[in-house]
Amino acid sequence: MTAETASGSMADAPARWTTRFKRVPVTLALAWAVVFIVLTWAALPSLFTGYSGTEGVPGEQLRPPSAEHVLGTDGLGRDVYARIVYGARHSLSGAFVAVTVGLILGTLLGLIAGARGGWIDAVIMRLVDSMLAVPSLLLSLSIIVLLGFGTINVAVAVGAVAIARFARLARSEVMRVRRSEYVEAAYGSGGTFWAVLYRHVLPNSLTSVIALAALQFGSAILAISTLGFLGYGAPPPTPEWGLLIAEGRNYLSRAWWLTAAPGLVVVLVVLSADRISKALGRTAP
Amino acid sequence: MARYLLGRVGQALAVLALTFTAAFLLLQVLPGDAIMIKFMSPDMGLTADQIAEIRASYGADRPLWERYFTTVGNFLTGNFGISIQAGVPVSQQLATNLPPTLLLASLAFVAALILTIILATVSNMVGMEWLRAGLQALPSLFISVPVFWLGIMLIQVFSFQLGLVSVISPGPVERLVLPVLTLAIPISAPLAQILMRNIDQVLAQPFVAVARAKGASRNWVLWRHVARNAIMPTLTIAGVLFGELLAGAVVTEAVFGLSGLGGLTYQAVGNHDTAVLQAIVVVSALAFVTINLIVDLLYPVLDPRLGTKVGAAT
Amino acid sequence: MTVTPLLQVEDLAIAYKTGDREQRVVHGVSFSVAPGEVVALVGESGSGKTTTAQATLGLLAGNGRVESGTIRLNGTDITHWSQKRLDSIRGAVVSLIPQDPGSSLNPVRTIGSQLAEVLQIHKRGDRKAIHARVIELLERVGLTPAEMRARQYPHELSGGMKQRVLIAIAVALNPALIVADEPTSALDVTVQRRILDLIDELRRESGTAVLLVTHDLGVAADRADRLVVLQNGRIQEQGPVKDMLAAPRSAYTRRLLADAPSLGKPRPARPGIESQDFAIEVTGLTHDFPVSGGEATSFRAVDDLSFKVRRGTTHAIVGESGSGKTTAIRSVVGFIKPTAGRILVDGVDLTTLKGEKLRQFRKHIQLVYQNPFGSLDPRQTIARIVEEPLLNFEPIPAADRARKVRDMLARVGLSENFLDRHPRALSGGQRQRVAIARALVLDPRVLVLDEAVSALDVTVQAQILSLLDELQKTLGLTYLFVSHDLAVVRQISDTVSVMHKGRQVDGGPIETVFGRPDSAYTRELIDAIPGRGLPVLAVPPELPPRLSP
Repeated sequence: MTAETASGSMADAPARWTTRFKRVPVTLALAWAVVFIVLTWAALPSLFTGYSGTEGVPGEQLRPPSAEHVLGTDGLGRDVYARIVYGARHSLSGAFVAVTVGLILGTLLGLIAGARGGWIDAVIMRLVDSMLAVPSLLLSLSIIVLLGFGTINVAVAVGAVAIARFARLARSEVMRVRRSEYVEAAYGSGGTFWAVLYRHVLPNSLTSVIALAALQFGSAILAISTLGFLGYGAPPPTPEWGLLIAEGRNYLSRAWWLTAAPGLVVVLVVLSADRISKALGRTAP
Repeated sequence: MARYLLGRVGQALAVLALTFTAAFLLLQVLPGDAIMIKFMSPDMGLTADQIAEIRASYGADRPLWERYFTTVGNFLTGNFGISIQAGVPVSQQLATNLPPTLLLASLAFVAALILTIILATVSNMVGMEWLRAGLQALPSLFISVPVFWLGIMLIQVFSFQLGLVSVISPGPVERLVLPVLTLAIPISAPLAQILMRNIDQVLAQPFVAVARAKGASRNWVLWRHVARNAIMPTLTIAGVLFGELLAGAVVTEAVFGLSGLGGLTYQAVGNHDTAVLQAIVVVSALAFVTINLIVDLLYPVLDPRLGTKVGAAT
Repeated sequence: MTVTPLLQVEDLAIAYKTGDREQRVVHGVSFSVAPGEVVALVGESGSGKTTTAQATLGLLAGNGRVESGTIRLNGTDITHWSQKRLDSIRGAVVSLIPQDPGSSLNPVRTIGSQLAEVLQIHKRGDRKAIHARVIELLERVGLTPAEMRARQYPHELSGGMKQRVLIAIAVALNPALIVADEPTSALDVTVQRRILDLIDELRRESGTAVLLVTHDLGVAADRADRLVVLQNGRIQEQGPVKDMLAAPRSAYTRRLLADAPSLGKPRPARPGIESQDFAIEVTGLTHDFPVSGGEATSFRAVDDLSFKVRRGTTHAIVGESGSGKTTAIRSVVGFIKPTAGRILVDGVDLTTLKGEKLRQFRKHIQLVYQNPFGSLDPRQTIARIVEEPLLNFEPIPAADRARKVRDMLARVGLSENFLDRHPRALSGGQRQRVAIARALVLDPRVLVLDEAVSALDVTVQAQILSLLDELQKTLGLTYLFVSHDLAVVRQISDTVSVMHKGRQVDGGPIETVFGRPDSAYTRELIDAIPGRGLPVLAVPPELPPRLSP
């Protein structure tokens, strides 16, 4: 806008930023830290470990956690910590693809249904209902049968499940915002359908959708690791987290760390996504 | 009222028809020919004529629309087709595999309900703020645990570390304890989350203050005013949770090596046995839709506002 | 007076905990209530009146805490009693009539069971005795047939009837003190009067004392023996009603009295409004809503409404909830199409406009909503909100737009500091100023104000009303002012239509309608207005002869 108003907001900014920073709860800060660490694992795994994610060291099989191998080694002498670090790329990119598929297609469907109403809304919502009527795992499995096994296919299958959830939320948000007085006021001051949609409906509906995206990121990691565990994802020796747990099952009585460690990482990441989602949802005005 | 009922039933039927059609397209049409995949493999050693004959016997040589309506008719009469892999009717497979899964799922659902009620009650009773905060954070933790990993960890702790549950030759009850727990914990999480949030919302309602002003104690208010109002919205997700229960059962059965719908699904996916998969999808959608319909129809009974107003309000 | 006060509050301080900070909202408040006396706690929002009342019942919100001071009931200090001990006196010795009857009854339990509950808790008799008492109480508060009412659920009762149930609950055990927290602010004015009469009658019968919490000085003046005026958690003044109204000592009380709209203060007659040019002409406006279920297929919300508004004047539409006034003005601003009738704004029939033509016409007529919380997009800055209407029509260079926005904000009395703020950082009055600025930025000729000052405190209300008056003078605006508040209407309008159940029951120049109403309904409405006890600061002018419109 004008130069004056711009400079006014600049002067306020640092003060506001520090107060906001101070108010961040500890759990939320921890959640962001977890996500940040896992993301850097995915981007630059070699910075975090000297071991390979796929090659084992002969003679080092099934070592319990020690200073040398923080989380021990598996039956082939591979460092479990290294496998988890390298696995972040597979699990996170899968979740990312899944959420993107669900977010874009689902939000679009929900937006059209909510903004247009009428028979378009009825048709879209019955479709969404029927997607929600099938248990999510069964729906994913049906899509996997269609597409075949593999990392990307699993991600798409998980994302397809999320479409219905995004569509339903986006629609109800659009309906809520559409009923608000400020939207009527915007029409009353001469706004066109598209102008009102862009200026008011979209920005005000999006907060909840983004919060759901964070939540779905966690769910997608869970679902992908489940499908990986069942053997439908990336084939061995890919260090995908679900697959790590599946492989560790064979050593349940002798090497607890093989299953416990990757599982705990999954729990931490999903828990963090849940916490961040709650914080995002709360900022909605 | 009658219009509301009819509308809900009609909607449920529409959803079922759509699901069936989608499953048919997704599993019978798009993947190509499951029969070809099985019988064309060289080690079957069949000639082209023989394959064509087999296809005709399965009805796979008919045009799409004819197959669709034949399948609709078959499903309506309880004929779910024949498993390509096992060569037996799918209905027979369902009959043997459904009961153990239903038993597991219903036991888990009851356990989840008990867990939820304990969590909600205790977190509303305790005076200590940190304990309350801890209990209220528990559902978030439960929801973040992968079912299969939870099962493995429970085996790890209770069977291998503590030796409480035998893995080698467990009794009929003993072998169900850990699977039920595995399934119940993640299911209880969303239930507890919603119940706790509803209780907080109802507690903030003015009628609670009025009840307190009558001299009612906190417990009196909790049981006589809050409970019913808070449970009603929780009911709505019971239907949604049924789907999660089934999916969870698939994974739990895989972890604990139990036979049931889970094992059947697992094999069907591995063998591309689409007839079996379609039957499972349609049956679970039917169960889902039915449960949600019952919940919807139950609502006006529980909430007097809906009983008389549904027609007038819309 | 040497009688022991029934309730004695001394040096009470209350704080709320938000995050890790404690904020004190009541600062050293002292007052007392004698047996059988009615004491009114009067104040605007944020004055701490409700918090103080809640504390006397021991029912502060979870994050509230009594920091210091004492609350004595019959001489006993109950300030630090446990909740369990307080439970024994709540309902029996002290009871509550809450603010919002709509949400103060449990929606899933019958009226009878909720009334019986207070008797059960305090163990007054067996089931049969309790049932008999419930029926007796329902009859006493005028809910008949009582047997049938007892079996009904709250949603089957109107707001006034629900408040009667809550009154029955409050008096069931003949308590010594009733705390009435804004008991009628959610109700229509005629219902309000009947409810206040009922409370008066019941408390006289049993000699119960009442602590009446209200924002309405008129209600307090009519019903209380003594007033306690609170501002920002501090007592400004207290004393007998008559003395205080005759000679208010504190500046704040004087301002409250001056700002309180009252029938004694008509607007001064304005010269030059005899223009024969009509800005709005509504003829035979009728609106039916389809109804599903029931015998009737449609519900007539507005029935044959006609009025004319001269350019540069203010016409008011007055009515209680359900009178059809909101439906009527939504047609006038073109949000809904009426079933029948003509709406001429500046000579153009709005009912014939559609699509792009209607959109283009909107710049001539603008609406200001009741609730400034809901009508401003929470994500936009004030600058964006006021600028938006300009973006909808012919493009204007950005610099010109920014200048227009600043001019308009200055005009409604907001400084440039507000440009970058969001609505949530503004007070209710400031938000309503923004809403007015947004409505005026297109230079409309007609401004429709839908209960535009009803959600505001009286002092803020007075400021907005004088702003509207000033804008009308300088910009030559025509106002269509919708309100349930006759006192406010009398203060600012030239002509008025009184609506009841969709029909116009009275209409014409304001002094004529208020001085010699045609209909019994208008008379009832005028009589129900609280504040007859308020001092009249201006002498009412002679009534003009009735004009044929």
